Amino acid sequence: MSATGGGPGWPALAMFGCFVLLTLAITRWAARRTRTAADFYAAGGGITGFQNGLAIAGDFMSAASFLGISAQIFADGYDGLIYSIGFLVGWPIVLFLMAERLRNLGRFTFADVASFRFAQAPVRTLAALSTLLVVLFYLIAQMVGAGQLIRLLFGLRYPYAVAIVGVMMTLYVLFGGMLATTWVQIVKAVLLLGAASFMAAAVLWQFGSPEALFARAVQVKAAAAAAKGAAPAEALTAGRAIMGPGGFIKDPVSALSLGLALMFGTAGLPHILMRFFTVPDARAARTSVLWATGWIGYFYLLTFVIGFGAIVLVGTDPRYLDSAGALRGGGNMAAVHLAHAIGGDLFLGFVSAVAFATILAVVAGLTLSGASAVSHDLYASVFRRGRADPAAELRVSRATVVLLALVAIALGILFEKQNVAFMVSLAFAMAASANFPVLLLSLLWRGCTTRGVVAGGAVGLVLALGLTILSPAIWVTVLGHDAAIFPYGSPALFSMPAAFATIWLVSRLDHSGRAAVDRAGYLAQRVRSETGIGAAGASGH
Amino acid sequence: MDQRDAALELLAEHPRYRRLVRRRGRLALSLTALMLVGYLGYVLLVAFDKPLLARSLAGGATSWGIPIGLGVILLAIALTGIYVYRANREFDAEVAAIVAEARR
Repeated sequence: MSATGGGPGWPALAMFGCFVLLTLAITRWAARRTRTAADFYAAGGGITGFQNGLAIAGDFMSAASFLGISAQIFADGYDGLIYSIGFLVGWPIVLFLMAERLRNLGRFTFADVASFRFAQAPVRTLAALSTLLVVLFYLIAQMVGAGQLIRLLFGLRYPYAVAIVGVMMTLYVLFGGMLATTWVQIVKAVLLLGAASFMAAAVLWQFGSPEALFARAVQVKAAAAAAKGAAPAEALTAGRAIMGPGGFIKDPVSALSLGLALMFGTAGLPHILMRFFTVPDARAARTSVLWATGWIGYFYLLTFVIGFGAIVLVGTDPRYLDSAGALRGGGNMAAVHLAHAIGGDLFLGFVSAVAFATILAVVAGLTLSGASAVSHDLYASVFRRGRADPAAELRVSRATVVLLALVAIALGILFEKQNVAFMVSLAFAMAASANFPVLLLSLLWRGCTTRGVVAGGAVGLVLALGLTILSPAIWVTVLGHDAAIFPYGSPALFSMPAAFATIWLVSRLDHSGRAAVDRAGYLAQRVRSETGIGAAGASGH
Repeated sequence: MDQRDAALELLAEHPRYRRLVRRRGRLALSLTALMLVGYLGYVLLVAFDKPLLARSLAGGATSWGIPIGLGVILLAIALTGIYVYRANREFDAEVAAIVAEARR
């Protein structure tokens, strides 16, 4: 049976085939409209606020969050909600501090904004480096997840699965640029929201009310504990435990640190920030955040219901469990099995195809962001000092897309057996520690200088990476040492303030000629960022 | 400094511009503070008082953690909505008026 994840279910393959054809048609349509650099990097600035909101939400509704968070709820209950809330609360911050200013100052990459009044070469080099690091870690996590998921869903061998993802996303980005990347993301977001809404509605309809669902889930968990030999009182406690926080947050420092990384990392993720350059003006940028926040919040509520639904409908059904009572295909399959329990083989196929589509859409956005950093920031602005021929810049960008896809495929295969769970939170920590402080202070502090942001951004980046390597997730889990040198789950609580402090201190001590230019440029930049005067036009035409 | 920048710096002194930036900045800062307090408060509650969140809300299975977690999600959406509402109604018109005035 296909629900076991053994062989390729025909409905899944057929629906996935339909999605591939649809996205290739979108790519073909987008390729005809992608001529200039503004088309390639920013979809010509012609995406509406509502569309961009869906695309942004799509970037956050990755396979990792749909399957991963519902799996976490399936296993531990309430803890999954704590995790998902962290991914949502960064959005208001992006809106209040960043979105409109980004749109008013930038054209293609967040480095446009970060380097607006500074010496171009050093600031863009740093921004490009941090973009590539963030994108790479995020990409590896997605590729490894994709390979394992596709092997389970379609019975494909892991390297083929990774290669298919790499080739498909290359096609979207290479030929369709940002326009195709955005519309693939929008189509997927609508499909995923539709599928998740249907699943959550079916679960709630079956139980009548959330209270009935929770009560039944507690019974199921208690019965499972009793079956393992727990005394009745202990079993009841174990059952009740899913309704409150469990082991996810261990110590207050790790909790706070991860909270900060998720909250402020969102405002520093390059593949998210670039979406604000695809809309025509600040008003559309603002609207897109409202839509994105609404959709993401709604999606996490659905995931919560889906996770609890899986506890009852999947966790008690021997069809989905192996002889040891564990989930067939691994923990991440909770939502996929639930799809089968609700809608049979056909709906299972639909949800599997949507999960695959989710991965494709997210990696395409990541790749385009990495390629823009190389071609627009490193090649055109640093190497050619802003005098690059636009056609040559586009060629560099497309070559980088191919290169990044090859690297992603290679690393995806290389990391197959590794524990990559830390990589997404590392990407968030680096974004919060390097990009966010650099952007915020360059936008809002007159005294900020080139040397300050380069030093502070570098400190944040190195510290986030270094402390993560020394933390339990890598030092103990991956490298096999006995005890971690850095005992906390996330570095952001230390690396982010260190970056802010370094920017402040180095800027204050900076009396160079460049520093005078940097400070003199503040007022005009501020007025532009507040009013949109002189903002890059809505389209490149 | 080019002429454009000089014109922008002149605008920076304009009382109407300064009033807009102050009002919008104050709103953005207060909403940011509310979100920080709401979310970090929730995280610290999870870190320091797990039993409170696990306690039954009305004698049934639903715990206090459910409405509190739901509240943080709704807070994020509501604060975003408040900002967009005020920006669309007040700030955009004010920016347009300032820009038009500066063009003259």
